[in-house]
Amino acid sequence: MTPSLETKNLTIRFGGHTAVDAVSCAFHPGELTVVVGPNGAGKTTFFNLVSGQLAPSEGEILKNGEEIGTLSPSARARRGIGRAFQLTNLFPRLTVLENVRLAVQAREGLGPNFLRRAAALRGLRERAFSHLEATRLKEVAHLPASALPHGDQRKLEVALLLAMEPDIFMFDEPTAGMSVDEAPVILDLIADIRKDKTKTILLVEHKMDVVRALADRIVVLHNGQLVADGNPDEVIALPIVREIYLGIPADEEDAA
Amino acid sequence: MPATAMSAVPHVSGRTRTGRLVIYAIALAIGLALAVAPFIFPDVRSQEVAARICVFIVLVASYDLLIGYTGIVSFAHTMFFGLGAYGAAIALKQMGPGWDAVFLGGGAGILAAAVLAALIGVLSLRVKAIFFAMVTLAAASVMLVLASQLSEITNGEDGLVYAIPALFKPATKLLTNANGRVETLFGVALNGKLALYYFVFLTSAAMFWLLTRIVRSPLGSVLEAIRENEMRTEALGYRVVAYRTAVFVIAAIVAAIAGVVWAVWLRYTGPASTLSFSIMIDILLMVVIGGMGTMVGSIIGVTLMSLAQYYLKDLMAAAAEATASIPLLPHVLEPDRWLLWLGLLFILLVYFFPAGIAGTLMRKGAH
Repeated sequence: MTPSLETKNLTIRFGGHTAVDAVSCAFHPGELTVVVGPNGAGKTTFFNLVSGQLAPSEGEILKNGEEIGTLSPSARARRGIGRAFQLTNLFPRLTVLENVRLAVQAREGLGPNFLRRAAALRGLRERAFSHLEATRLKEVAHLPASALPHGDQRKLEVALLLAMEPDIFMFDEPTAGMSVDEAPVILDLIADIRKDKTKTILLVEHKMDVVRALADRIVVLHNGQLVADGNPDEVIALPIVREIYLGIPADEEDAA
Repeated sequence: MPATAMSAVPHVSGRTRTGRLVIYAIALAIGLALAVAPFIFPDVRSQEVAARICVFIVLVASYDLLIGYTGIVSFAHTMFFGLGAYGAAIALKQMGPGWDAVFLGGGAGILAAAVLAALIGVLSLRVKAIFFAMVTLAAASVMLVLASQLSEITNGEDGLVYAIPALFKPATKLLTNANGRVETLFGVALNGKLALYYFVFLTSAAMFWLLTRIVRSPLGSVLEAIRENEMRTEALGYRVVAYRTAVFVIAAIVAAIAGVVWAVWLRYTGPASTLSFSIMIDILLMVVIGGMGTMVGSIIGVTLMSLAQYYLKDLMAAAAEATASIPLLPHVLEPDRWLLWLGLLFILLVYFFPAGIAGTLMRKGAH
């Protein structure tokens, strides 16, 4: 089966520093891959390369076997690569509803429409509201995004990704900074997407309970290199993973 | 749902609603006054002011589409305004005072504005905002020089004086009474001058309506998204450069249409009436005073500033006369110092209405 997303020898250098170093990795529909690694391992940079915010120094990115590494971020979004950002990246002075509506109308190709009132387009509104309901943001729909507390802004970030209805979902620490009772809403949503076997999910996450609960597969990045790739139990058990990710040196582990 | 956000809802929206109501009421009042201006302000000077307000509302609103809604800083808006005006003016001068000249010349001017805007957009909207602003400044300067140098067709600094279609001549009788004299309504002669004002008013109203449609459309949302977060707009799948170019072209076309209307109204087109940078500065001030990113703001900004420009001097002359017996005060109120007072007025407006009058009262951009 052709992978839905594949990177071949993907590399980016910033001056002398290689942030992502020859990463070759394939992802398949119906699979939720958690990308782990310490801070600075290149997880977000890897995401930026796939969604197009950064151009690779070397290597290829293929979506359904087709090279997309030279396309603009908007062209990749139109081809079904959806991305939620780690640092909240919203339209601050627009309302929550307008934020989500923008993602829905992008999906529908309605952007160039300049004569209908956006607020009066029922289909747009209903779909935007369904995403707000899913992320429990309906009550704050008419507040500017900047007026939301941090946890709600993170949820809105996820709502935008849902509204894009991509084939490939990329979540960059979706629950970071969320309260204990907010995080499950997002994790349940991710679990729901996972049930749809046509979607490919990439998730950067630090919380080990989340990783264990959701991951079909774990990919470990360290200093920009892919150092481990496999099913969760095996990968977590690998000594190198315990060492670089949990900070427990392999030889001390037995002693502990 | 967090308590902070909850408690903020009724408070903020209540204040916003009052502000909105006030702003819309003012804008509506101005709109109505402009609609019946020839009947309530029949003197020549008031007509001049009313027509200028109409045309400048279109010009300023179309500029706000760029700077306020999309976040594009351009200094070429008078260039597009001038292209429309000169198109109509040159044709009227060369072909004589017919509608064919207005449509052909005006159409050519509008087309030239659209093509030039598309070129500037495609070539330079990818670059940083400051460079784009510089490119537009350079283009506008070139156009200003061209208008004064190509004196064979533009008559240089003196500009063009021409006749306009017969319908708009003061001698034209729209309706005649039993004696064959021009009919009057509320004491106002139904002549060509009246037709000309309504040509200006209705064209401007239609253009303004179109702009308000655009900002509320899906396209308008994309423009605001670009202003708020260009990178995220791109990440949602919008071709940002294409949208910016498109809105630059739309704004240029609307400005050029305003130029055609202005050329017909004034019966004169010269660098000072269309292309000069002092007009560009007026547009900027009007947008800022009205409130960037609010279409109604342009109505308020243009009206306030035009009234000040036309009447502040008179008001000060009256005030100086009234205070003639008091020492010092008449000197401060000397009509020749009107620009000082205008400047002071701007500073106070910007201080008390940092987001413009409409912007501040409607709580837009308060965050």
